[in-house]
Amino acid sequence: MAEEIILLDYWASMFGMRTRIALEEKGVKYEYREEDLSNKSPLLLEMNPIHKKIPVLIHKGKPICESIIQVQYIDELWPDTNPILPSDPYQRAQARFWADYIDKKTYVPCKSLWSETGEKQEAAKMEFIEVLKTLDSELGDKSFFGGNEFGLVDIAFIGFYSWFRTYEEVANLLTIVEKFPKLISWAQRCLKRESVAKTLPDSDKVLKSISDHRKTVLGID
Amino acid sequence: MADEVILLDFWPSPFGVRARIALREKGVEFEYREENLRDKSPLLLQMNPVYKKIPVLIHNGKPVCESMNVVQYIDEVWSDKNPILPSDPYQRAQARFWVDFVDTKLFEPADKIWQTKGEEQETAKKEYIEALKTLESELGDKPYFGGDTFGFVDIAMTGYYSWFEASEKLANFSIEPECPTLMASAKRCLQRESVVKSLHDSEKILAFAYKIRKIYCV
Repeated sequence: MAEEIILLDYWASMFGMRTRIALEEKGVKYEYREEDLSNKSPLLLEMNPIHKKIPVLIHKGKPICESIIQVQYIDELWPDTNPILPSDPYQRAQARFWADYIDKKTYVPCKSLWSETGEKQEAAKMEFIEVLKTLDSELGDKSFFGGNEFGLVDIAFIGFYSWFRTYEEVANLLTIVEKFPKLISWAQRCLKRESVAKTLPDSDKVLKSISDHRKTVLGID
Repeated sequence: MADEVILLDFWPSPFGVRARIALREKGVEFEYREENLRDKSPLLLQMNPVYKKIPVLIHNGKPVCESMNVVQYIDEVWSDKNPILPSDPYQRAQARFWVDFVDTKLFEPADKIWQTKGEEQETAKKEYIEALKTLESELGDKPYFGGDTFGFVDIAMTGYYSWFEASEKLANFSIEPECPTLMASAKRCLQRESVVKSLHDSEKILAFAYKIRKIYCV
């Protein structure tokens, strides 16, 4: 029986990317539906009435919202293929902690990096650099955040890599590549995985989309 | 070898109380250590260098941070008794969703209620009640968010239930007329043995709340 899985998403969303990667890791077939965020579909508003945001995973007609929750759900339904969370409870707690850290600390500054100017943008830059420093330190010499295996924290953060060029250009956030070589190596390692390579959009496409949005919608040159 | 379980905590914390409740639900023996938040211990700073906050659970020397993360960990390690998260993946996803809602939508207005006054406080009250009404709608006819049994979302909420009276007095409003079924569930939770043992009485919390409000010069 084919599982009916629909994903309401937006191509450039680093949150939607998490869910797509998880589904690809498990080899699960699903229907991808692109949302126009300026004109949200009735289905999106019905399935996520609380937050009205993407991504929304709809499984057999029932919605699951919030990307990290979706990734855990997918992992629990298909536990035998490419496990995303470790089996040890302590390691699981560490994975959840860092996924939550990424969510708490990136959401606001990352939006400000491309939607603001002047002081607000500068403050966001400082915050984001602190996040990169902390994650760089947490990664250390490991191949992936969880150790030798690709897992939850990698999935939580890798989507941001496709936005690095945008942040660098639009927020004048110079040389993420130079300052955080370990993180860049980590990202390259993740990109060797089919699920990630298939999912991450081209960095230049993200940059163009955001540059256009800044000009035409936000009125920022 | 016996488990060594230490909880770094702060007695009125609505987040610390969640960890205490979970440990008691599982019948886990633990050492409670009170932190002075104006003079945090070296152990706290070492065990939670990222946020430097309580609660921190230290299990056989290894730290787990963030209250609902601690609760999930306790549920997974001591899985033989009183399950906190449901076993069905879809129900688990719903429980996690509502806990995320609780922590994102109640936290700021709850804080602003006792930190501010005038219009800012009025706005905070409205947001707080609105969030509680959404939660009440999710609760529906169930005795607990977990259904028939006290569970993950109930533990998250109990931290806030313990501050209801203080919030009501500080901002001069009443939650029960706005959210009667939520209050009924709250009362049920507050009578649970693990909760009674974990909470200080509401008068002590209220006195603390007044003291803190003065510090904010309100």
